[in-house]
Amino acid sequence: MKSCLIVDDSRVIRRVSRHILESLDFAVEEAEDGQLGIDHCKAAMPDVVLLDWNMPVMTGIEFVAKLRTLPGGNVPKVIFCTTENDMAHIREAISAGADEYVMKPFDHETLQIKLQLVGMV
Amino acid sequence: MEVSEVSFRIIADLLEARTGQQLTRNRQWRIGTALAGVFREHGISNVDQLVCLLADPASGSLAQQVVEALLNNETYFYRDRSVFELLDRRILPALAEKRARSKRLSIWSAGCSTGQEALSLAMIFAGQPNKWDGWNIDIVGTDISEQAVKAAQQGVYTQFEIQRGLGVGQMISHFKETDRGWQASDKLKRMIRFKQKSILEPSTSIQRFDLVLCRNVLLYFGPRARMQAFDRLAEQMCDDGWLMLGAGETTVGRTDIFRPTAGNQGLFIRSSAADTMHIADPSTPFVRRRG
Ligand SMILES: C[S@@+](CC[C@H](N)C(=O)[O-])C[C@H]1O[C@@H](n2cnc3c(N)ncnc32)[C@H](O)[C@@H]1O
Repeated sequence: MKSCLIVDDSRVIRRVSRHILESLDFAVEEAEDGQLGIDHCKAAMPDVVLLDWNMPVMTGIEFVAKLRTLPGGNVPKVIFCTTENDMAHIREAISAGADEYVMKPFDHETLQIKLQLVGMV
Repeated sequence: MEVSEVSFRIIADLLEARTGQQLTRNRQWRIGTALAGVFREHGISNVDQLVCLLADPASGSLAQQVVEALLNNETYFYRDRSVFELLDRRILPALAEKRARSKRLSIWSAGCSTGQEALSLAMIFAGQPNKWDGWNIDIVGTDISEQAVKAAQQGVYTQFEIQRGLGVGQMISHFKETDRGWQASDKLKRMIRFKQKSILEPSTSIQRFDLVLCRNVLLYFGPRARMQAFDRLAEQMCDDGWLMLGAGETTVGRTDIFRPTAGNQGLFIRSSAADTMHIADPSTPFVRRRG
């Protein structure tokens, strides 16, 4: 079973994403800010991270940069999942080390295809 | 919504006459929802009233409007990824070899809807510049729906459409963000021509296609129209051309003019042609994440 960590400060988004991920057979963990997410990764590196952009404590961009410096931190596929939906943000996310990008709002099928694209489904 | 048998038949006959598609009774619930916009525009509230309006010789474009509303234009980028993997790994390399002298490829997306299928193909070519340098790639997309073809010609997609099936790498290399949405690059658009045309119309062009994609179109056709559609497709293909149908669609038992290739789901050839597709799989990975 593949594992996915959802890092998002919105409880609603975490619930919706969890629901989709569980239907795709992922073991899901949640973190409501970037620091908690990093702590989680240090304890157990997930296969995929679904990552919000704007969060308290640490932005999504800061999170990926930090994650990629951790031992084994290159392994997880990182999918940004955000309302920032312009080209500048997308480019910034990719150069920061993200693998895919989903613009909110998204649905089951869109997320499923993005997970396929990073080889996780 | 309750639809009377008579009115249902009139609408179903109109759709079948114009497109070849049958509207079965078990899909009748769709009519009311699909036609809601047409009802609103004409200030009516049910199918019986619509049929009265259609009977008026002055109703003009109303019939076309009704047909448009009943068509299912569902599509997305790289729909059924495995099909595009097969195209990329085996079919296009085989065609590159066969057409090495002319360096010309003609591909037809028959029932192209809003253009995502044709663009997905164009992105494969654009993503392999070394391989296709100097080639003349002509992708033709046709659809009976005027609205769909107009949208395809514009090549501008909403946020929902653009991320449906497309990886972010391809999105940023081949699309530009504009006020109207995500616009396909000129490089892709130059490879494609979109035209409004029914599959059932005989061709007036001498162009012959090396590859035809007709996916998720013939599903709802009646048996006669479907057979006729296969004839039209065959007439416009090279003798050694390939036909790709949608998941679960087949020519078997539906026409004698095509037969399945060995071991390739959804891929068909002219019955008279030799099957050249069971060559060993060269297995070059299908690069799809980055432009
Ligand atoms: C469900 S879409 C499939 C689009 C695309 N081929 C795909 O697989 O994603 C079917 C399309 O076929 C078109 N269509 C239906 N009957 C047709 C006909 N007789 N000639 C041309 N196009 C037709 C519809 O307008 C619609 O856009």
